[in-house]
Amino acid sequence: MRKIAALGILMAGSILSASAFAEDIKPAVAYDLGGKFDKSFNEAAYTGAEQFKKESGIDYQDFEIQNDSQREQALRRFARNGMSPVVAIGFSYENALAKVAAEFPDTKFAIVDAVVDAPNVRSVVFKEHEGSYLVGTLAALASSSGKVGFVGGMDIPLIRKFACGYKQGALAAKEGAEVFENMTGTTGAAWNDPVKGGELAKSQFDRGADVIYHAAGGTGIGVLQAAADAGKLGIGVDSNQNGLHPGSVLTSMLKRVDVAVATAFGDAKDDKWTSGVYVLGLKEGGVDWALDDNNKALVTEEMKAAVEKAKSDIISGKVEVHDYMADQNCPF
Amino acid sequence: MFDMLILILDSTVRLSTPLLLACLAGLYSERSGVFDIGLEGKMLGAAFAAGAVAALAGSAWAGLAAGIAASIALALLHGFASITHRGNQIVSGVAINFLAIGLTALLGQAWFQQGGQTPRLPQEARFTDITWPFADSLRDVPVIGGLYSELFSGHNLLVYVAFLSVPLTWWVLYRTRFGLRLRAVGENPAAVDTAGISVTWLRYRAVICTGILCGVAGAYLSTAQSAGFIKDMTAGRGFIALAALIFAKWRPVPAMFACLLFGFLDALAIRLQGQPLPVIGQVPVQVFQALPYILTVVLLAGFIGRAVPPKAGGVAYVKERT
Repeated sequence: MRKIAALGILMAGSILSASAFAEDIKPAVAYDLGGKFDKSFNEAAYTGAEQFKKESGIDYQDFEIQNDSQREQALRRFARNGMSPVVAIGFSYENALAKVAAEFPDTKFAIVDAVVDAPNVRSVVFKEHEGSYLVGTLAALASSSGKVGFVGGMDIPLIRKFACGYKQGALAAKEGAEVFENMTGTTGAAWNDPVKGGELAKSQFDRGADVIYHAAGGTGIGVLQAAADAGKLGIGVDSNQNGLHPGSVLTSMLKRVDVAVATAFGDAKDDKWTSGVYVLGLKEGGVDWALDDNNKALVTEEMKAAVEKAKSDIISGKVEVHDYMADQNCPF
Repeated sequence: MFDMLILILDSTVRLSTPLLLACLAGLYSERSGVFDIGLEGKMLGAAFAAGAVAALAGSAWAGLAAGIAASIALALLHGFASITHRGNQIVSGVAINFLAIGLTALLGQAWFQQGGQTPRLPQEARFTDITWPFADSLRDVPVIGGLYSELFSGHNLLVYVAFLSVPLTWWVLYRTRFGLRLRAVGENPAAVDTAGISVTWLRYRAVICTGILCGVAGAYLSTAQSAGFIKDMTAGRGFIALAALIFAKWRPVPAMFACLLFGFLDALAIRLQGQPLPVIGQVPVQVFQALPYILTVVLLAGFIGRAVPPKAGGVAYVKERT
C-alpha cells in the first residue's frame, strides 16, 4: 500500500516538474569510468552535449567519476543543485539512478544502456547487435585469412551482445569464417587498459586474424594501435574512430549516444520530455556503420553493396539478428 | 605448440620490461636502506612527462629525457623527506604515489584538454621495434629461427636496455666500490659513517639511480608499449615490481627471473583466454586472470623461504653526537 502511495506521489511530482522546468533547463551529464575523452562511448555523449550547447546556447555541467562509489554522489549532487535533465552514461549507473531518481521525483533523468523503471527516467538502449552484424559482415569480406577477431572490454552481457551480432554477421557473409573472441577483464578497469588491449589484439593477429573489432572503450585505443602497427585492420566502436589511424580502421560501429544525449536535452528544453524506454536500432538510426574519407579506400563497391543489403534486410525484418541479452546465449 | 610457446615468451618479454626496470630501480634504493613504495608514482610521473614531451617535441629521445628528469625529481623529493628530514619512508612513498596520480591527470587536462591523456604519438615519436640482422631470412629455420626472429629480435630499444641493466646492476653492486658501500649503508650505516663516508650522499646517489630506472620504465609505458599517456596507465605495476623484489630477496639476477615469471603469467592469461585447453576443455576467463595472484600467494607462502630485507631499511640514519 505504501509503495503504491509513493508511486502516486512520484508520478504527480513528475507531471508537475514538466511544467516547472520547461523554460530554463539546467542539463547535466555524468560519464562512465572510461572518461570523457575515451574516443569512443563517453566521447559520443560529450559530442552530443556539445552539439546541444552550440545549437541552443544553454551550458551544461558534466562529471567524470573516478570510481564506482561516486556514481550515486554525482547524480545526487546534480539533482540537489537543481540540474535537470541529468543524463547518466553507461549501464553501471542503473542501481545508483534507481535510488536517486526515487529521491528526486521532480528531476528528469535519462540513462543510456540500461532500463530504470521509474516515472521520471528515460531509458535509452541500443540494438548494438544490429550494428555489430553490419561490421561483422564487412570484417569477413575484408579479411583474406577468413579469420576475424573481437576484443571486448568488461565481460558483461552487453558486450557479449556486440560479440554475438558481430559473429553472426561475419558467418553470414563468409561461410566457415572463424571468429576469435577475447574479453579484457571483469572489472571497470577493463575499459581503460590499452596495453592489455594491444596484447590481446597481437595474440589474435598471431593466430591468423587480420581484422579486429573492439567494443572496449579506452582499451580499444590499444587494439586499434596494435592493428595499425601490425599493418592489419581494426574496427572502431560507438564514436566514428575511422580517423584515429586513417587507412588502418576498416569502419566503425556507430552507436548514436550523441543523438540520445542531444535529444534528451532538446526535449526537456522544448517541453517535449517523455519518460519511458527507447530502443534504438538500425531502423531508428540508433546504430550504423561509418564510411568517410578515412576508410573510403578500404571499402570496395562489393563490400558496400553487401553491407547495404544486410542493412535493408535487417530493417525490413528479413534477417533477424540474435540479441544475446534476450536469452544470455549466443547460438553461433 | 612450439610456435605458440615462442609467441607467449615474446609477449612475456614485452610485459615484463616495465616490471624489471622498476624492480631494479627499487633494488638500488632499498639496498641503500631507503624503502621505496613510491615506484608506482615515479613510473606514472615519468610516463606522463615522456608522453607529453614526446608529443610536443616529436622525439622519443626528448620524451625519455623528460621522463627520467621527472622521475629523478620525485625520487629526490622522497630523498629530501626521508633522508635529509628523516621522515617515515613509507609515508613519503605513499605521498609520492598520490602526488603522481593527481598531478599527471591535472596537468594533462590543463595542457592537452583530453581528460588527462596526452595526444597520440606519431610513429616517429615512439621507440619502434628493432629488427636484428638476418631476422627475416632465418625465420624459417626450425627452432633457432623462431627463437631468433621472434624472441630476440623485434623489440624496441628500451627492452634491451632493461635486460642489459641486469648484468650492469650486478656489476655495480658487487664489483665496484660504490656498490660495496651501497650495500654496507643498507646494512650498517654507522660503520660506513665511521669509515668517513657520507651516509646521506650515498643514499641520495642510490635514490637518483632509482629515479633514472623508474624514468626509463615510465617512458617505456607511454612511448614504446603504447602511443601516449593514459590516466593511471601504470595499473599497479610498481607494486608488482616491489613484490618481485621481495621474491628475489633484493638480488639483481633473481629479480629478473621474478619479473619474467610475472610477465609470463600475464602473457599466458592473455593468450589462453577463450582457447580450449587439452584435456580440461574450455576454462572460464576468470581462472587465468586470477592465476598470477594465486601463484604469488603460493610462492610467497612456501617456495622462496625467508626474505630478509636490508637490515637498516626503513630507518633514517641519525649521526651520534656526544
